[in-house]
Amino acid sequence: MTLLSVRGLRKSYAGKAAVAGVDFDLAPGECFGLLGPNGAGKTTTLRLALGLTLADSGSITLLDCAVPAQAREARVRAGVVPQLDNLDPDFTVRENLLVYGRYFDIPHAELEKRIPDLLEYAGLASRGDASIRALSGGMKRRLTLARALINDPDLLFLDEPTTGLDPQARHVIWERLRQLTLRGKTLLLTTHFMEEAERLCHRIAIMDNGRIISTGTPRELIAANIEPEVVEVYGDGAEAWAASAGAKLAERCEQHGETVFCYAHDARALVADLGAYSEQNNAQDLRYLHRRANLEDVFLKLTGRELRD
Amino acid sequence: MNLRFIHVWRRNLLVWRKLAIPSMLGNLADPLLYMLGLGYGLGSMLPQMQGVSYVAFLAGGVVCSSTMFTASFEAMYSAFSRMHVQRTWDAIINAPLTLDDVVMGEWVWAASKSVLSGCAVLLVAAAMGLIGSPLALLIVPVIMLTGLVFAALGLIVTALSPSYDFFMYYFTLAITPMMLLCGVFYPLEQLPAFAQIAAQALPLTHAVALSRPLMLGVVPAHAWLHVLVLALYASVSFSVAQHYLRRRILT
Repeated sequence: MTLLSVRGLRKSYAGKAAVAGVDFDLAPGECFGLLGPNGAGKTTTLRLALGLTLADSGSITLLDCAVPAQAREARVRAGVVPQLDNLDPDFTVRENLLVYGRYFDIPHAELEKRIPDLLEYAGLASRGDASIRALSGGMKRRLTLARALINDPDLLFLDEPTTGLDPQARHVIWERLRQLTLRGKTLLLTTHFMEEAERLCHRIAIMDNGRIISTGTPRELIAANIEPEVVEVYGDGAEAWAASAGAKLAERCEQHGETVFCYAHDARALVADLGAYSEQNNAQDLRYLHRRANLEDVFLKLTGRELRD
Repeated sequence: MNLRFIHVWRRNLLVWRKLAIPSMLGNLADPLLYMLGLGYGLGSMLPQMQGVSYVAFLAGGVVCSSTMFTASFEAMYSAFSRMHVQRTWDAIINAPLTLDDVVMGEWVWAASKSVLSGCAVLLVAAAMGLIGSPLALLIVPVIMLTGLVFAALGLIVTALSPSYDFFMYYFTLAITPMMLLCGVFYPLEQLPAFAQIAAQALPLTHAVALSRPLMLGVVPAHAWLHVLVLALYASVSFSVAQHYLRRRILT
């Protein structure tokens, strides 16, 4: 079965390309992440894949159906967690699941069977009759996730599933999503949180300006794009040090905001020099952190450092 | 033609059921106030109209104006909330329903709700002893058609509205003039000739032209012509609404 296959996808709005030639395929059981800054074209890609917007060109196969021609049929076996909560505020928690299940023509008796399990999954077993307005942001997200599972979908779309949640609620969502991948569900998620992508995704496509600029496992992306070690230097004197010693000892130095990132295959010389430099110059406010390179470094390198609005 | 829109209709019904009693009391109170206030208050100073009391004359008009108001409110304020504020439509079209299903469901729903309010006026009129002939039952399909007309027009406004404020223009420029110029409160013949001609272009005129005679137990003149005008208004407006809603939601 083809879960999702996208070829040469293009879409522009008012002459500006939102998606400028995107190709990717999902493998069964994987969590595939579209990682990119705001405006990279992630959400547009999802809307196109679901047949909710027409592409200018390119082809999409979703769950063995051609999109947009058979998008409705494809959505029978897909689940969607949208970026903005759109739970029905006129209904209770249970009614939200019930009414949504009807849209899939699931018989009432079957829904009655599925709903207790989904409430359990969402950690809302005791809140079935609660009004949506009484739920916290994390509870709403969990209910939205449960709602997307009402049809037991083969493929789940998640558009920035943890944006706007506090860290506790975010960890709970991550744990629930990992349960799904363990059960063999295929997930397509968009995010701009590196940690989320690194923790959840088997494969990641980094998107920028409507294009996929690199694809691979988190480790592959790091190995292919960046030196393995990083020293972050910030505080008084960071720039002066970077201009002199940093530039010589690191393979690559980049400044973002007030922090200088020095990349190297072996950063020991950098760290030693920073220690000596602080002592000589009595630079107590010069701080530095030596760590392994991560996805954020890759992301910053590939998508540049300027602000995205 | 598929029946998927019924899911949307049922969703709205389930919400309505939670507030069904106050909603139906509102449906009854509104026409009752018109009939008492205008029908008896103003009517007591007026001579007979077309051979009947003013309140009996008024009932045939208020049936249509109540239907118009309910359908318009539902297709504008309520549908706009679901479309734009609560994002209910977005959730529905992520399921195996299309935007066309949603729009059809909203259209039929707004018309259904207006049928309740039109029928409430019929009930009030019957309770006041103003209905003397079974012909009045034919007003029910007239109400349905009128509801479909104003629900479709309301959806066009919803499709084009940036916010709730925009609806006031439609009320001021379309609904209020129709309320006052289409023969709800007085016979159309009282207007100057040019205004009579203009009124013929407005859908409420044709709804009143059907419901008033039926209320008084008379078969309306040119009945099929009026039905045709209303049916055209309903179907053309619905297509326009569909076009603009597709453009708004799907691009």
